[in-house]
Amino acid sequence: MSSVSPAAAPARRSGPGLFRRLVRHPLGGVSMLILAVVVLIGALAPWLAPFDPSATDLRMILAEPGPEYLLGGDAAGRDILSRLLVATAFSLAGGLLVMAVAVTVGLTSGLIAGYYGGFIDAAGAWFTALTMSLPSIIVLIAARSVMGPSMWWTMAIFGLFISPVYYRVVYTSVRSVRNELYVDAARTSGLGDARIIGRHVLLAVRAPVILLMSGVIAAGIGMQAGFDFLGLGDPTTPTWGQMLNEGFYNINRSSNLVLWPALVLGLTTIALTLLGTALRDELEGTGDKRHKAASPWALDGEVAPLLDHGDAPAGEALLTVRDLAVAYPAADGYATVVKGARLTVRRGETHGLIGESGSGKTQTAFAILGLLPQGGKVMAGSVEFDGEELVGRSDAQMNRLRGSRIAYVPQEPMSNLDPSFTVGHQLTEPLVKVLGMKKGAAKERALSLLAKVGIPDPQRAFDSYPHQLSGGMAQRVLIAGAVSSHPDLLIADEPTTALDVTVQAEVLDLLRDLQEELGMAILIVTHNFGVVADICDRVTVMQKGVMVETGATRAVFEGPRHEYTRALFAAIPQGAPRAPLPGVASAGSLGAGALR
Amino acid sequence: MNQPLLTVDALEVAYPGRGLRALPFRAVKGVSFDIRPGETVGLVGESGSGKTTIGRALLGLAPVSGGTLTFKGEDISHPTKQRRRELTRDIQVVYQDPYSSLNPALTIGASLTEPMIVRKTSKKEAGARVRELLDMVALPADAADRYPREFSGGQRQRVAIARALALDPTLIVCDEPVSALDLSTQARVLELFLEIQERTGVAYLFISHDLAVVREMSHRVAVLYHGEIVEWGDGDAVTSAPEHPYTQRLLLASPVPDPAAQEQRRADRLRLKDIQAQQDLQAGAA
Repeated sequence: MSSVSPAAAPARRSGPGLFRRLVRHPLGGVSMLILAVVVLIGALAPWLAPFDPSATDLRMILAEPGPEYLLGGDAAGRDILSRLLVATAFSLAGGLLVMAVAVTVGLTSGLIAGYYGGFIDAAGAWFTALTMSLPSIIVLIAARSVMGPSMWWTMAIFGLFISPVYYRVVYTSVRSVRNELYVDAARTSGLGDARIIGRHVLLAVRAPVILLMSGVIAAGIGMQAGFDFLGLGDPTTPTWGQMLNEGFYNINRSSNLVLWPALVLGLTTIALTLLGTALRDELEGTGDKRHKAASPWALDGEVAPLLDHGDAPAGEALLTVRDLAVAYPAADGYATVVKGARLTVRRGETHGLIGESGSGKTQTAFAILGLLPQGGKVMAGSVEFDGEELVGRSDAQMNRLRGSRIAYVPQEPMSNLDPSFTVGHQLTEPLVKVLGMKKGAAKERALSLLAKVGIPDPQRAFDSYPHQLSGGMAQRVLIAGAVSSHPDLLIADEPTTALDVTVQAEVLDLLRDLQEELGMAILIVTHNFGVVADICDRVTVMQKGVMVETGATRAVFEGPRHEYTRALFAAIPQGAPRAPLPGVASAGSLGAGALR
Repeated sequence: MNQPLLTVDALEVAYPGRGLRALPFRAVKGVSFDIRPGETVGLVGESGSGKTTIGRALLGLAPVSGGTLTFKGEDISHPTKQRRRELTRDIQVVYQDPYSSLNPALTIGASLTEPMIVRKTSKKEAGARVRELLDMVALPADAADRYPREFSGGQRQRVAIARALALDPTLIVCDEPVSALDLSTQARVLELFLEIQERTGVAYLFISHDLAVVREMSHRVAVLYHGEIVEWGDGDAVTSAPEHPYTQRLLLASPVPDPAAQEQRRADRLRLKDIQAQQDLQAGAA
């Protein structure tokens, strides 16, 4: 929840800004310029062409470029330039037809199949499989022999063959949108299916549909050129492929004939492909997103002083964090998520780090572990662990420490176990790799650990895959893994937030028992005051990247000094029950006994 | 006043099993309770207890496979499509996740007018109503032209509440409406729920896993466990002196934000665990 890096936070705008962003994109700008010129030429071809593209002039057969025929003449004595201009119109129209058919068929069928499922879904999947397995060129040749050489029919059929591309993309997006709560909300607002599709679902498939367009047009143009080049096209419609075909027969007599259509064809397809890349970058926010910070990092504003209850017991400090600052590069300089973290964890103590979302508590934990998400950097301050400075250590050095002396328990147990390996494999691997144990010994150790964390049948858990475990069991497995190396410090990031309360109580019991047995220090990051009250000896309150109050748990709970801590305590449900409804006798109350 | 607004009688919800001969999955197994006008009924339970499914069955989003739902004297277990759409005027919902319950591509105003589109409200009227709704949930009027991403979780949840209120419903299903929110935001949103109830007399079915929140919000509480109601009655009684062993476990497992009280509660819980384990043992031996 709070582990999302703030670098990803700036919202992307879509809609009106897209065109401008595309122009500014280096690939997008150039490719759009090329395409604009090609489209303009195609559109104005009838007026631009100096000659009738099919008028032959015997004097100009295979003529060199000259004042009359600017690009020369072809084998039949026609003006290459005029033919090229008109061919541009036809080729583009062919590509657009492919796209139009593919979008119409793929989008509608994908929408319907994705939204309603059932029979239409099955039919769609069947049709997709059929078109994918049929070689389109053979079908096109067969269609040609039935319907004659018509470019429009050929392109329309090819569009049908390419429509599964759209069908699949639309189908998957619709499937995922269908489960969004806002679609349910629309339904409970009384909107009919047509309205829901029009308002919510179409919006979601807009981006992928646009994204695929340029690629599909390019494929259509390429297919058509190939088809015509093989001589299967309609000889009466000049297209790039048609020109290539004719030029190829005479390539030994004049290379001019092949050069121009090949050049325009190549440029257009490359531009379309690059435009697709630029579109993807802009629509999906991929591509090069490394910000070069405009200005060097600096801490803005004063860091408020930490209210220390001054009741720290005499004991050796295991972990000392001093004035730690963590920042992420942002569009304008840096976003500082932790401004001045100050924290001391002594040997054997359980320390709670509490704060609301965005307070920087998880970032602090990640900074201590040296596991900040990409882009995040410790900008200032120090982390001292058992007398050694951790800030500035290499990954390899940290790795040695993390596996053995500092352990980590994450918030989401399920997403931190690899679904493709058994629990046993995941538990023994670090024992073998990091601690250098023998396989047999590691297995024995893992089994005893599983028993220790209260798993009733260790052997069965050892052999199972993560999906066969419940959330509470998975968290126990992760705790077993974390304590397997007898760490000095266990950092637990919201270890019970994803669990039910009854399971939470058991996991907290487990952590308490393990601590008593192993004598390790625990740093618990949480937003739950109940968890702190239950397990923590000391607590530090964090607000907006700064530690505001620290002290023994009882002292802080009984006499919170900082304004923010007081506000947090005031927000806790007081447990005052509601008065019964006026005018209603407390009737019909059914005790537990009546149900059994 | 004593006439219930909604009566749920032996409700069953079963999802078809996956595969040819798989048994259907019974998410709700014969649940009965009722809600009176202007009342809040809390449904409390852990994950997989079926509490959300009951809410979805009321909204027509989960298949009712048995039992009846009676709303204002009318059987709404299997309404026609037309009738279901009309019912949305009376029964509304606020979901848990304020992030996915608003379409990110629509402005707040567009999301709020959604329920009015179907009712063919004029544009002018709809605009006025949106301003009224935003005011009701204490959001600035200019919020209508902004997108969900510009708002925090708590503010989004206010928008979701405003949308639920758009048609003046008599019952709102609140499905964990505050569990995704920070503590301080949570308190303010809960207050808003109470304030709206006082002002409009709407009834709530308040679904939550948090006993403390349910206790503060509900007149009566039902405790769900594996698709069945194990305890049902006056909110104060159920949440402070429960009779059923599961409710007792649930109550003692919720940590109290007070170290001394929590130490006591932990000791009580461990004692209860021993007693219940012993009882189970005896029951097994008998």
